[in-house]
Amino acid sequence: MMATAATVDPMLPQPYSVRQVVKETSDTFTLTLEPPALEPSSGVYRNRFQPGQFSMLWVFGVGELPISISGDPAARDRLVYTVRSVGQATQTLVSCEVGDAVGVRGPFGTGWPMQQAQGRDVIVIAGGIGLAPLRPVIYEVLHNREKYGRLVILYGARSPHDLLYRRELTAWARQRETQVLATVDYGGLNWHGNVGVVTTLFKYVRLQPTRSLAFACGPEIMMRFVARDLETNGLARENIYLSMERNMKCALGFCGHCQYGPHFICKDGPIFSYDRMRPLLEKYEL
Amino acid sequence: METLEHIIAEHPFFAGLESYYTNLLTGCATNVRFDGGTYIFKEGEEANEFYLIRAGRVALEIFAPQRKPIMLATLGEGEILGWSWLLPPYQWKLHAHALEPVRAIALDGKCLRAKCEQNHDLGYEVLKRFARIVEQRLEATRLQLLDVYAVGRS
Repeated sequence: MMATAATVDPMLPQPYSVRQVVKETSDTFTLTLEPPALEPSSGVYRNRFQPGQFSMLWVFGVGELPISISGDPAARDRLVYTVRSVGQATQTLVSCEVGDAVGVRGPFGTGWPMQQAQGRDVIVIAGGIGLAPLRPVIYEVLHNREKYGRLVILYGARSPHDLLYRRELTAWARQRETQVLATVDYGGLNWHGNVGVVTTLFKYVRLQPTRSLAFACGPEIMMRFVARDLETNGLARENIYLSMERNMKCALGFCGHCQYGPHFICKDGPIFSYDRMRPLLEKYEL
Repeated sequence: METLEHIIAEHPFFAGLESYYTNLLTGCATNVRFDGGTYIFKEGEEANEFYLIRAGRVALEIFAPQRKPIMLATLGEGEILGWSWLLPPYQWKLHAHALEPVRAIALDGKCLRAKCEQNHDLGYEVLKRFARIVEQRLEATRLQLLDVYAVGRS
């Protein structure tokens, strides 16, 4: 008998199989995982997730990793993750081949406040692989265009070779009421786009601060600069949201590995408003 | 038809400037165009003007021996290009490379310096605006130097 969703132990990884592995950059890959026994009528293994949530991916024999979901929330027959290979576990994960098994727990955590964003402009600010947890936001807005105002995507990467989802960036820029600007910290001579950090893109955007919600994801220091500049541009702190990252283990708020001040990033986050995070972001060594 | 004074008044760099001052500035201004691929100025040349970019993208480049030019930043519509005209020795410190056709208003540095000396209120308005640009670019450079996307950084 198949277990029901209610009885699935959140600590027990569900076996998914790798459907596709796409190389995005020299060290970053997008994996599509599918549940082995999809049974739409039962509701079991239906991959409902909110943009911004993450899963714990179990690489058998190696370890478990918290990875943000980077796919389309409307595509419920699969889960998509974009992973940067920086250590043994991520290296093993991105080396998976089609048909290999990966354990999945989750989804966990809070999502981006899509409900609150309805009727407003959505400003997406991503740095590096930080675009991955924001891609579901972009899909959600583009699938439900009438619910949202303008969509502005500001994306910064280290170099042109490190830009993720390049084809999609071009396609998104063609959508109505959508502005996409990318920049790199170091441009080569063949790069004819913007050079400079992601905050330098604000000047090319006509922000409507009182009717906008901003979502930022990237290295913490980048988000600090971004949030500060958004505030200078008139956005209220409570309308700026950040995706935080710490060493998540249980993903349920039991183990305390991801404690950040009074918060557990896995359970209370990873999405927090800037007004909640600001006092902590400015603390040394936290 | 847009007058030079109107274009200067509408440019974000001079937003909010009283018309008396924009009128003074207009006396130092000319409309300029640069083809894509050309250099607007080069390091070491005399810095006699600055530019209000109206359209197009400009790369700020620096050369290091035995290396290709390094692109430090790009500037675009609504931004200003060049502040070396403001302080001695009035020489450009970087190359400005038009990546695409560029339309701009050039403001004559000598003319503007003379007007700022005569009218300190104008000088203060101009300096306040340049100070903001310098502060923004310094902060952007600091963030760039942190190399936040490198492996092992968080």
